[in-house]
Amino acid sequence: MAVLEGEADHSLLSDFDEKEVKRFYESMELARSFDEKALHLQRQGRLGTYASIRGQEAIQVGAGLALQPSDWWFPAFRDIGISIIRGLPLKNLFFYWSGDERGNVIPPNQNDFPIAIPVGTHIPHAVGAAWGAKIKGDPIAVLVTFGDGATSKGDFHEGMNLAGVFSLPVVFLCQNNQWAISVPRSRQTASQTLAQKAIAYGMTGVQIDGNDVFGVHQTTKAALEKARKGGGPTFIEAVTYRMGDHTTADDASRYRSSEEVKEWEKKDPILRLKQYMKNKNWWTQSYEDQVNQNSQNRILEAVKEYEESPPVDPGEIFDYVFEKPTPDLVEQKKIFRKKK
Amino acid sequence: MEKLTLVQAINLALKEEMASNPNVVVMGEDVGKDGGVFRATVGLLEAFGEKRVIDTPLSETGIVGAAVGMAAYGLIPVVEIQFLGFIYPAMEQIISHAARLRTRTKSRYHCPMVIRAPYGGGIHAPEHHSESSEALFFHVPGIKVVVPSTPSDARALLKSAIRDPDPVLFLEPARIYRSIKEEIKGDGLVPLGEARTAKTGKDITLIAWGAMLQVALKAAEAVQKEGIEAEVIDLRTLYPMDTDKIIESIKKTGRGVIVHEAPLKGGLGGEIAAVIQEKALLYLEAPVSRVAGFNTAIPLPKMEQFYLPNPEGIVEAIHRTLCF
Repeated sequence: MAVLEGEADHSLLSDFDEKEVKRFYESMELARSFDEKALHLQRQGRLGTYASIRGQEAIQVGAGLALQPSDWWFPAFRDIGISIIRGLPLKNLFFYWSGDERGNVIPPNQNDFPIAIPVGTHIPHAVGAAWGAKIKGDPIAVLVTFGDGATSKGDFHEGMNLAGVFSLPVVFLCQNNQWAISVPRSRQTASQTLAQKAIAYGMTGVQIDGNDVFGVHQTTKAALEKARKGGGPTFIEAVTYRMGDHTTADDASRYRSSEEVKEWEKKDPILRLKQYMKNKNWWTQSYEDQVNQNSQNRILEAVKEYEESPPVDPGEIFDYVFEKPTPDLVEQKKIFRKKK
Repeated sequence: MEKLTLVQAINLALKEEMASNPNVVVMGEDVGKDGGVFRATVGLLEAFGEKRVIDTPLSETGIVGAAVGMAAYGLIPVVEIQFLGFIYPAMEQIISHAARLRTRTKSRYHCPMVIRAPYGGGIHAPEHHSESSEALFFHVPGIKVVVPSTPSDARALLKSAIRDPDPVLFLEPARIYRSIKEEIKGDGLVPLGEARTAKTGKDITLIAWGAMLQVALKAAEAVQKEGIEAEVIDLRTLYPMDTDKIIESIKKTGRGVIVHEAPLKGGLGGEIAAVIQEKALLYLEAPVSRVAGFNTAIPLPKMEQFYLPNPEGIVEAIHRTLCF
């Protein structure tokens, strides 16, 4: 329990200074505040179905801050923490979860894919981008994030297999949050850990505490560096917990006990980091208030931008099927315009 | 230029495109050392090396999924799926990702890739090797579907497909891989989406593609002896479909027969017939006929001759349409 009180094992600690630790904290706090705001907006009917990341902030911030801007990242759908760190405008996240196509548009200077909704199908894309980098000789790494459920999919296995065979610069980061909607980790696989699956594909597999932002950051950073230097792929299983429901359309109390949730609430990654900072005398109430205020300001600004954006021209749906619209699309767009 | 078979013309197109664009990468099962089970990629490994001609593990989802990421990264992967009947594990990657990457990112990313697959019956291959499931892909928004029926077109269309900025499924009629040889003319590309009049005529329009084009031409030859002049249209690209060419011909002849070896049910024949009645109903002298495979699995080699459309069946449909 010492860990939960913020007592770190100093032999394992890297020398993160106050500034770096505060960056972890502020990013985690922003992610959580965003999450809370999104849930509120959904309940007020101002946002569509939303997938909360509550409990997974340490993995997302730890890994997100390990990426370099030139690296590529392939997200799953429960990854807003990394999105925020990568620089995706917050309003895009609101767009996306409100069903507005503008949410999927990644800024031109950001090498990331939009969210993949089909589980695990983005894993081969990450492998392909890493392959492209290797063919072109670009010293970059690719990060792909997914949940425990994705490890049951063929795409995961085919992607891992290709990455192993061709020694590709890709890091597979599994956020094992224990639940794939209502199905527990024990129903996804009979293997003792997810990390051990790496052995079968000839790559290093590590299991880490996903609620320890320092551990996640160091492990991911080392794996990405190894990849950039031609050392091949790594599989990281970060053990964590989905503290909320699967999405706002789900009620987790139907399939899991409140005792289990309470146990994990004690391990809340933000709480843990705060305890650590308190022990270091890096935390004050006024600091927390200020961090919170900054987050709220950014989020409210984004809500305003999102809610005040003019609607998209629906005729645009015809414009991006191909680079040049085919004759039938040109014709359908004309008919659509007339009807409007 | 020397005379080439269709599969040799494909090999030539790959060589030419790989030589002119260093971003073109060929990948698939057995495409390297073996040169492909039909020898379509023979010599490429020696010419372009292991980085650009990749023998992959047996992994359709992995190959096509990785090609999506590679394409987004800036390469042009040309993927070989050994037989169209083996493509189904990769359907999710094709439909959910390759075909809609541009749409869902408003062109921030796109997917310039080609998936090549031999297809169709008549080669006495084992089960699952003779699929003609072009309609499945035709139905999916965001993917182009191309089927050459001559060596010259195979080369020209494949070059266009590789240069196209969007994903293209390139279906190679295995039955005519080696049965026709012709001199490959010019360096010209054939634009995707343009049909070709393989034979002109005034009495009836036959519409076909792939291996069925030869069958339709044989039927046209047969009725010529009775004084019936059939016009034969080779679609070449199924999507985008050159409906203008079809309608123009139907307006001239007033009658149409569509020939495909895929099952009749939900096949492209229905789509083409619908387009004809929407755009040329008042020019029609008779209902549009379809000659197609049955709504069954494509039979094993000993029975496939009973399944595949033949010239006699097309002649019968021509007579039926003319005597309506």
